[in-house]
Amino acid sequence: MTENELHRDLRRAVRELCQRFPDEYWREKDEASAYPEEFVKAMTDASFLAALIPEEYGGLGFGVTEASIILEEVNRSGGNAGACHAQMYTMGTLLRHGSEEQKRTYLPKIATGELRLQAFGVTEPDAGTDTTQIKTTAVRRGDRYVISGQKVFTSRVQHSDLMILLARTTPRDQVKKRSEGLSVFLVDLREAIGNGMEVQPIATMMNHETNAVFFDNLEVPAENLIGEEGQGFRYILDGMNAERILIAAECIGDGYWFIDRSTKYASERVVFGRPIGQNQGVQFPIAQAYVHLRAADLMRYDAAAKFDRGEPCGAEANMAKLLAADASWEAANVAIQTHGGYGFAREYDIERKFRETRLYQVAPISTNLILSYIGQHVLGMPRSF
Amino acid sequence: MKICVTVKQVPDPNLPMQVDPATHRLVRNPDQSILDPADEYGVETALRLVEEHGGEVVVVSMGPPSAADALRRAMAMGADRAILITDEALAGSDARATARALAAVIRGEQPDLVICAIEATDAYTGMVPGMLAELLDLPQLTFARQVAVEGQTVTVHRDIEGATQVLRAQLPALLTVTASIAEPRYPSFKGVMAAKRKPIDERDLASLGLEAGAVGAAGAAERVVALEEVREEKQGQMVTDDGTGSSVEAIVAFLERIQVV
Repeated sequence: MTENELHRDLRRAVRELCQRFPDEYWREKDEASAYPEEFVKAMTDASFLAALIPEEYGGLGFGVTEASIILEEVNRSGGNAGACHAQMYTMGTLLRHGSEEQKRTYLPKIATGELRLQAFGVTEPDAGTDTTQIKTTAVRRGDRYVISGQKVFTSRVQHSDLMILLARTTPRDQVKKRSEGLSVFLVDLREAIGNGMEVQPIATMMNHETNAVFFDNLEVPAENLIGEEGQGFRYILDGMNAERILIAAECIGDGYWFIDRSTKYASERVVFGRPIGQNQGVQFPIAQAYVHLRAADLMRYDAAAKFDRGEPCGAEANMAKLLAADASWEAANVAIQTHGGYGFAREYDIERKFRETRLYQVAPISTNLILSYIGQHVLGMPRSF
Repeated sequence: MKICVTVKQVPDPNLPMQVDPATHRLVRNPDQSILDPADEYGVETALRLVEEHGGEVVVVSMGPPSAADALRRAMAMGADRAILITDEALAGSDARATARALAAVIRGEQPDLVICAIEATDAYTGMVPGMLAELLDLPQLTFARQVAVEGQTVTVHRDIEGATQVLRAQLPALLTVTASIAEPRYPSFKGVMAAKRKPIDERDLASLGLEAGAVGAAGAAERVVALEEVREEKQGQMVTDDGTGSSVEAIVAFLERIQVV
């Protein structure tokens, strides 16, 4: 099977699945702030969320290109992949740095969905992008680590069995570089919550379950340390490029959804005796948004291809994320403008997708931080922080 | 146990049906055709029986080369292999000719069970299963909503007016299954990829040992002489008031006539 055939089959299969979850489904979940459990189960059963898990561990063994197509199609259908995208890629830390025993224990169950690993505890109230400043500590005591501290914006905790957690195992004043002394743990949430770990949901402007998480002497078995103690920051970083590319794909999916809806509405809505799309004031912004979206799409594929070939792709992954997030936001604004008052009416779903796609300007990395990366690491200008 | 499931590629029932006025046949665009949703119940039933008892599920279809897509779909659900009867000379087959071709293949497979839909979602004749059972000399258990196999017997539950009938027959046998027998599974993408590697055995007329006169338009005992699209017509009656309130009386009279009030 050629690559194109695979991609075509994949798109068709994801579209078919998503057709079972129409606008009304997502609208109801949004209004009730409810988790789209049925959709996530269907994605799991279809093995889409196991796309990046190697076949030997029960996954599809795909690359980031294929995974990005899956997430793009979810958002393109009017859905929101944010409910489950992390089940696809959070296991990357375990896959790349876990022991063979850890991989054999967890990956097959993650592939079938028996275990959900889609919570990732890194950000803290006083340390967001400045990750090395985290204050959560893990202290070795015999065959266990004792964890204390706090995380924030930890998403999907209540729909996960496992969480990847970054904590400082060596105090900052005892390491040569501030990026050293951080370690990654696999936390079994089924045991942890209520036994040293508390979760407080944070209400947000869209249906995205995120939380503040508190650790008070949470005990984690020492065998749940992933890789070497003190090397965790590096482990976390090398999963970021995949995440950037996959999130770019979700933005692109959103963008196409906004353009499709806008094109249709502008062609059908008649005012002053003619479709509003006949007016260039309406038509051109949609065309412009489409052009920007296509350009972002190309950068997504470039970044994904480099990632899948094992080449450095930090610049391309970051640029893809920035271009795609900007393009989806432009398309969102165009959609709400094209629809006029109806853009704000819930039954048109524009306002829901508008709220959802706004997040990508901020998470998982803010647009400004990408510009810093490009300015300093690609163009070689002076460091700003 | 070996189970043969007959399946058919049909125009997607969710799309508007198109008719060729010259041939009186449905226009079959491969890009807008799918595995008959009615057949998915049979495939699901077969898969569950084989999961319980072990064995093999073979899907059998007659159609143009593009019908391979429908067979791949059934294999993506889990069927082990497929046989596609395809030959120009089969075009224009009626139910009897279709049953003859299917019987020729299924006879060679010697299955324990043959499972069919009650009827296909395009032509709706519902005659093929009965003819197939006759040609294969198999007991026929129709409209099954529940099926169980124990040893060499098959038991089905079927609904009749106000009661449930339980039928039992010795294997081999032929069943037709209803939509309430089991919820068809959606193929996982692993299944879709695996189906690409599963074999589709293409058979032409010569390999079936059938004469050209027995199948296709030449072997058809019946002929479609007309096929007309049903036109949707808006029905309505305008009542115009002359300014005296006369329309109220007219409307009330109408409602009384159709016994709404």
